[in-house]
Amino acid sequence: MSANVKDQVVNGNGAMAIMLRFRTLLALALVLAIFSVLAPNFLTVANAMIMLKHIAIVAILAIGMTFVILTGGIDLSVGSIAGLSGMVAGALILDGLPLTALGYVIYPSIPLVVVLVVALGAALGLINGVLVSRLKVAPFIATLGTLYMARGAALLLSNGATFPNLSGNPALGNQGFGWLGAGVVLGVPVPVWLLAVLAVGAAAVAGATTFGRRVYAVGGSERAALLSGVRVDRIKCAVYAISGATAALVGLLVASDLVAAHPASGEAFELNGIAAVVLGGASLAGGRGTIGGTLVGACVIGVLGDGMVMVGISEFWQMVIKGAVIVAAVVLDRLQERLG
Amino acid sequence: MRAQGVVKRYGGVTALHGVDFVVEPGQVHVLIGENGAGKSTLMKILAGIETPTEGEVLVDEQPVRLAGVRDAAARGIGMVHQELNLCPNLTVAENIFLLGTGRERLGRLDRARERDMARAVLARLRQDIDPDRRVDSLSIGEQQIVEIAKALAEECRVLILDEPTSALSEAEVEVLFEVIADLKRQGVGLVYISHRLEELLRVGDRITVMRDGRVVATAAAADASVAWIIGQMLGEEGQLERAESLPIDGLAVLSLEGIRSPRDRVSAALHGIDLDVRAGCILGIYGLLGAGRTELLEVAIGARKAAEGRVTFQGADISRLSVADRIDRGLLFVSEDRKQQGIFANLDVGRNISLSDLASCARHGVVSDPAEARAVDGMIARLGVKAASRLSAITALSGGNQQKALIGRALLPGPKVLLLDEPTRGIDVGARAEIFSTIRELAASGLAVVFTSSDVLEVLAIADRVVVLSKGHLTLDQPVRQCSEEILIAAANQAAPALVAPQPAI
Repeated sequence: MSANVKDQVVNGNGAMAIMLRFRTLLALALVLAIFSVLAPNFLTVANAMIMLKHIAIVAILAIGMTFVILTGGIDLSVGSIAGLSGMVAGALILDGLPLTALGYVIYPSIPLVVVLVVALGAALGLINGVLVSRLKVAPFIATLGTLYMARGAALLLSNGATFPNLSGNPALGNQGFGWLGAGVVLGVPVPVWLLAVLAVGAAAVAGATTFGRRVYAVGGSERAALLSGVRVDRIKCAVYAISGATAALVGLLVASDLVAAHPASGEAFELNGIAAVVLGGASLAGGRGTIGGTLVGACVIGVLGDGMVMVGISEFWQMVIKGAVIVAAVVLDRLQERLG
Repeated sequence: MRAQGVVKRYGGVTALHGVDFVVEPGQVHVLIGENGAGKSTLMKILAGIETPTEGEVLVDEQPVRLAGVRDAAARGIGMVHQELNLCPNLTVAENIFLLGTGRERLGRLDRARERDMARAVLARLRQDIDPDRRVDSLSIGEQQIVEIAKALAEECRVLILDEPTSALSEAEVEVLFEVIADLKRQGVGLVYISHRLEELLRVGDRITVMRDGRVVATAAAADASVAWIIGQMLGEEGQLERAESLPIDGLAVLSLEGIRSPRDRVSAALHGIDLDVRAGCILGIYGLLGAGRTELLEVAIGARKAAEGRVTFQGADISRLSVADRIDRGLLFVSEDRKQQGIFANLDVGRNISLSDLASCARHGVVSDPAEARAVDGMIARLGVKAASRLSAITALSGGNQQKALIGRALLPGPKVLLLDEPTRGIDVGARAEIFSTIRELAASGLAVVFTSSDVLEVLAIADRVVVLSKGHLTLDQPVRQCSEEILIAAANQAAPALVAPQPAI
């Protein structure tokens, strides 16, 4: 009964409630305004494209993370999976796929490399999913474990060295890797196109499919979902696989942009990803959040990072400011929750 | 203590329209009303959790402004909430003195003193609970006692009990009633809120009925009867009556054979349960708390692994199937724990209902909004779920309407067997009657319905066949015609394995 009554409590004063509701968009507008004043080259098309590319890296990762967080989980392994994916791509381009039993080496074409690496990411994510669902390991611990394992594997692949010059060999027919990260179509960087396609697809999956609905249900109450006939284990495996796949894609984009794969690449990416999801209004307890919100969150993280570099804020202060923004976002989120 | 002309408005909604309410020392004042009648709001005002919009609260005839729970406690007003508010990882003494004994120096705890004081309070309740035991090792009934002890430790003169018996077994209820009688003798004034009518008449000195934010009647308990209370609560609507039902002698759609499962920290054991559930028949499972009712239903639906035994559904062994597979075959379950295992607080009413049959509202995995709306609206109308629309938040619904929505979720896929665990727990009398009539209609249409209850009268009124569990043993299985209150209670308290041979079902 108190819930009945409480539900009808008027949402404070209207303007305040609306500002709280669109707080992340407001934050984005604020950040954009501040940097356009402080940095003269900030509001140029060229700079916008550079920033969008950076945003794409954060956002693609965060899209996968959103699904995981919607189920009430967390995926710490994405940065390492991104690093390992870049390294595997590098190894496939430089050394090919050695089929020792048959005694020869296959050099896959670039599209095949992409498919293989994304599949590898999904498979690693699936391991997370099995650990979390079947073996009931806490997501934080399971993905922390795969974080270390994937990073170790990335270092083992090259003994810690960088795979340089991944532009491919005409004789092997595996050229063009650089297009993925550095290419431009109709004036817009390829990663941004990729993000656009993924974001639309992910928003549709989350909002309009049975799978998406079940993800929200699992995040709302796992037990109730189970008792309503949701195959909770499968849903969890799927979200971690999605997260692994988007992480692998990010690894490919980063390696492609540099035309080189470094085993330490992708370090701390998981933190940016989680921050974007949280800034986007998702609840770490699960069940609440949207792909659209995550995109705005990723924009805030991306713009803030690039803007601070352009203005010349020291790297140390950048960290302090970024942390403060994340904390402020969560505080506002709590505030909104309380106002209903 | 007294509330005078109390009005409480939340935004545009008036929850209380000028209510007067008196608590006298050494008396139990019972408060009853349907969910949404304003009981909890009134109690929150008395306990200092909310402040009245108009009117005043008087303590010892002096108007006071209670600024929060601490302030109320300092004036000797304590409240025990429906949900237990104890820290399971701490001991009894630590819980009772969670805020300290008030005599610490520099925050240093005096454990010996806490223990002694806890023992003294528990002695006042005549309870032999070791203050050093961890709360999670106590039964729910003992935890309830600790809650009361916590309130009493503050030297309380007015104690508000909000549905204190909803989680208690009958034996535990008896203990609680003794405690209440003792407190009365000690001059404590009590407010007692409950939905269990027989209980109210037993424990109360004075009964006040609320409806729609108003006090509609108040009488001495000696002058009140169950019929009178129900009449006042509902206004015009009628009460629960046993319908003349001629159950169909259906086939056994669901059979449990030799179900055994071990006891663990939170759940009761099952010692070889055999049970047939027949189409068109309402099977009532009666038993005290911890008898294994929930555990048995969970084994049937597949949410709990049985160590031994077989579950057969429509002739096929489904023991190894997942919950989802069993649901696909037409076996549906509604949990007693609405909050944790029933509703999705993050989804609206419609999405709460449609989840169980989402595939039917979708093509190639894409949910069709019109199809979903049709299915959901049909179910809302069929069960009379009172919600502004299917887009309302499920948390905005009363317990009874949440329950109807959850039953709707279970009905949507078109079940053959419906398992309802305590479907009337914590819901008001009106919704209870509606749920019962739904159960009857379902059975009449050929569905097998299994429900559990800890209310004997409820079982006798609704079930066609009654099964009694006692400490994980099946102690009775017979048609309701051969049952009486006494038989059921005796069977529920029977310690030994089945003495009554399972009889052929009706």
